[in-house]
Amino acid sequence: MATQSTTNSPHGIIGRPVPRIDGPLKTTGTAQYAGDFHLPGMVFAVPVQATVGSGTIRSLDVTAAQAMPGVLEVLHHGNVERLYRAVPNDPNATVSETRPPFEDNRIYYWGQYVALVVGETLEQATAAAAAVKAEYASETPMVSSELEPDAGSRHTVSTRGKVDEAFAAAAVKVDATYGTPVETHNPIELHATVASWDGDKVTFYESTQGVVNHRNAMAQLLGIPRENVTVITRFLGSGFGGKLFPWPHCTLAAVASRRVERPVKLVVTRTMMFSNVGHRPLTEQRFRIGATTDGKLTALQQDALNHTSMVDNFDEGCGEATPYLYSVPNLKVTSALVQRNVGSPMAMRGPGAVPGLFAMESAMDELAVALKMDPVELRLKNDATIDESNGQKFSSRHLRECLETGSAKFGWSKRTPEVGSMRRDGKVLGWGVAAASWGAYRFGCSTTVELGADGKARARCATQDVGTGLYTIFAQVLAEKTGLSFDRIEVILGDTTMPEGPLSGGSWSTATVLPAVASAADGAIAFLLQIAASTKGTPLAGADAKTLRLTEGRVHRVGEPTTQGVPFEQVLTLARLNRVSADGRSGSAFEDPKAKGLSMHSFGAQFVEVEWEPEIARLRVSRVVTVIDAGRIINPRAGANQIKGAVVMGVGMALLEETVYDPRNGQPINGNLADYLMPTCADSPEIDVTFLDYPDYALNSYGARGIGEIGLAGVAPAIASAVYHATGVRVRKLPIRIEDMLQSEIRQAGGER
Amino acid sequence: MQNFSYSKAESVEQAAAMGGRFIGGGTTLVDLMKQGVEAPTQLVDVTGLPLATVETLPNGELKVGALVRNSDLAHHETVKAQYAVLSQALLSGASPQLRNMATTGGNLLQRTRCPYFRDTSYTNCNKRNPGAGCAALGGHNRMMAILGTSEDCIATHPSDMAVAMTALEATIHVEGPKGKREIAIADFYRLPGTTPNVENALEPGELITHVTLPAPRKESKQVYLKLRDRASYEFALASAAVVAETSGGHIRYVRVALGGVGTRPWRAHEAEAALMGKPAKTEHFRAAAEAALKNAKPQSENGFKVELARRCIVRAMTMATA
Repeated sequence: MATQSTTNSPHGIIGRPVPRIDGPLKTTGTAQYAGDFHLPGMVFAVPVQATVGSGTIRSLDVTAAQAMPGVLEVLHHGNVERLYRAVPNDPNATVSETRPPFEDNRIYYWGQYVALVVGETLEQATAAAAAVKAEYASETPMVSSELEPDAGSRHTVSTRGKVDEAFAAAAVKVDATYGTPVETHNPIELHATVASWDGDKVTFYESTQGVVNHRNAMAQLLGIPRENVTVITRFLGSGFGGKLFPWPHCTLAAVASRRVERPVKLVVTRTMMFSNVGHRPLTEQRFRIGATTDGKLTALQQDALNHTSMVDNFDEGCGEATPYLYSVPNLKVTSALVQRNVGSPMAMRGPGAVPGLFAMESAMDELAVALKMDPVELRLKNDATIDESNGQKFSSRHLRECLETGSAKFGWSKRTPEVGSMRRDGKVLGWGVAAASWGAYRFGCSTTVELGADGKARARCATQDVGTGLYTIFAQVLAEKTGLSFDRIEVILGDTTMPEGPLSGGSWSTATVLPAVASAADGAIAFLLQIAASTKGTPLAGADAKTLRLTEGRVHRVGEPTTQGVPFEQVLTLARLNRVSADGRSGSAFEDPKAKGLSMHSFGAQFVEVEWEPEIARLRVSRVVTVIDAGRIINPRAGANQIKGAVVMGVGMALLEETVYDPRNGQPINGNLADYLMPTCADSPEIDVTFLDYPDYALNSYGARGIGEIGLAGVAPAIASAVYHATGVRVRKLPIRIEDMLQSEIRQAGGER
Repeated sequence: MQNFSYSKAESVEQAAAMGGRFIGGGTTLVDLMKQGVEAPTQLVDVTGLPLATVETLPNGELKVGALVRNSDLAHHETVKAQYAVLSQALLSGASPQLRNMATTGGNLLQRTRCPYFRDTSYTNCNKRNPGAGCAALGGHNRMMAILGTSEDCIATHPSDMAVAMTALEATIHVEGPKGKREIAIADFYRLPGTTPNVENALEPGELITHVTLPAPRKESKQVYLKLRDRASYEFALASAAVVAETSGGHIRYVRVALGGVGTRPWRAHEAEAALMGKPAKTEHFRAAAEAALKNAKPQSENGFKVELARRCIVRAMTMATA
């Protein structure tokens, strides 16, 4: 394992497993989430949802609701003010559902908002919302999970060689179709918007993964200047992609607030979250793989399909990882869409790659079975040395080491390949493996760092911490640069009045903010040293600023002990300054010559053990070893926490999660946390996380890539392969259910009398 | 908004005379009130009544007060030692937080998790609107019942505790405007038939005061086995409560009740008949399981429950006779 962590900090704070600095705020309940903001005069908005999945609103009777106690306003298609659409494909002002709320009287999906009641109290608004009477000209919604692509929607994503000929000629073949169900984002924090107008300016207290994009998009939708919109997201109870971009409720809260001239709070209920704020779409993927008898891939074709809504064209991008993961001369990836009467899908953790890898890595396991070859060996044999989709070199790729390290830690050499051949304590064991990958990205970012006369260092950035540790990443860089302890460091995020930082998505936040905050800190320190050199009254006066350093919060001459230095706040006080500050900017990797021409991805390997009791068809995941190659890990504690959470999410994806639509009306029928199953603590396996920690300096000066999504990639196919190994049942359509397990021909593991 | 009055009863007689809906732990009732499924105009809080004790009666029976919390009952020494099936069933249900609130009487009366029952946008629910039809028929029915269903209702009874009490042949004691009476648990729950809105034998105003369990069968082995998708916090897909005694390798006494498959806690008389006097062997367990599910009527998505329930019985019998 690599130990080349080239920390340039005397304290080694970069790469250290420090606890998150926001932890105490969260464990004591003092962190303010969007829904926690309570403004003077604030009132409450509750949406009314369509109870049909397709059709037209014939009539909407709001008279009873309007007359109920505390009701201030009932908004709907007939009385809503002019709302605009966001500019299509504007990357800086993206919205999740492009149709503004109440734009027409059509119903595109069950649960669509048809009215909004504003009341003095939540209870009054809720009661009045229930009293709104809607009649519909209803049509049978299209929610079937039997997918046929819409005409003309299939397109080629990547191609090389002659895949048809190569597959036809292949000695060993796999040709199978895989499916993943609709999964609903279920962060524990509900979506919530508090909107408040002051004249022609509006402030949003939002649950968003992108304050800057949210501001830009809302300005477009409301038809007001960008500078008139402020968005604040101090803390986020996670989002998993569901909170990347604004949803209709955000617009409605602002419209309602403008109408009633009071701050308005709108909290989306858990049940509404199953219809109105996105989901990972249903996917279906046919994989054709051809290989030689000794296991060298010769052909690989993926034909993917995902459903989308009637109002948007959301492409899941299942072919994300396919073109570069393995070496294969003939390849084709295609993708297509099919429209359904469902709310708009949205990116969920590892979009594209996660369902795509479920299919590809399951197909690879089927190929290993067909070849009678060890599935780790098959992957090692087909490891790619360059990105064959574009001929580029990888900036840093250690998939081979992930597989080898994982094998050793897991004890893979003890695996016997025959189905049902491994037993322990009256249970059948199944062992499975899968490779994982996820893109490595860096976008533009600006931050401000200041050193204050109060002895504190501060960083500010209009980005947000989704709950995974970005506050702490900022603090670690400030600590590294200034030598200050965390109690003298403040990080202020989640406010669009500050310099623009990145959207929290794609696992790119850490890689994106690091160079910007480092450059801002360097700038502020350079100012400080100049001031120290030119300020009378300190032993440093008259020195060449180039010979000064800031260490442990003290300015001193190079080569002299820190203790002889001057506390920086004393320098500032003598110079009669309140602070020194500097802006730091870094551009995106796409514009960086160091990154040009390189294929940048993170890699990983997932090793899974399942325990299966055939007598009662009980299946549990007992052990996961995950090895991650994600560049240099800035905080192994927060990082491992993310990977463990992602693995548990993978258990849910493989065995539990599925949003079910009633075929008659298109309602997500299991839209609550009791009926939509996600893993409990009792379902969580023993998880061993290893980071290889090879810095990727092409991406940024710290060598950090991103973590989070990579931890989910590969978990489901490793589980599905382990299930096959234990039971002989190949489940190609997730989730793997008791129904599937009952099909196994292995009926007993323990003794019989 | 549904307004309701709330009062706290000071005696059983007073509670019975007040004529409102009784509220104990509230884990079902408050939940359903929030959903709009239940809309009582008068709530009578019975948690102040002296019904929260567990005691062994002179005749050896165990008396469990209606207000004994599920957690307390599950961890009661006598229950753990002599009525293990009940302790296991309680601990397999809900979550610790819910068990800390939920009461014995309330658990007996908990209502189905049928999603169409719980969502008032479906007017066609015969439990809520008698005669209006059943939205679950032809809907998402994976969790629905396969035993005791009718053309008018296929909702599953959700309780684990009541399944164990069925195997233990508990007696439910009630007090109402017409006085006290006792009801065998076998007679307490009604099949849906054409009146799924009538779920049990309680008369208006009757309050469950306590449950009695027969004197412990000291030679018995008891097992509650619950099968479900995830390891915790999920209603049963199939469960089995078994109380069994063997001698010389033969079954001398057995009670089998099933959960997760019936419209009420399901006493498997056919299985018991098939097992009595037989050697404690897998082939007989399997035959008993076949007999228990003989009349199962699965829906489009829950055919697997038939085989799962059979396997549940076989495994529970294997454990209870090991």
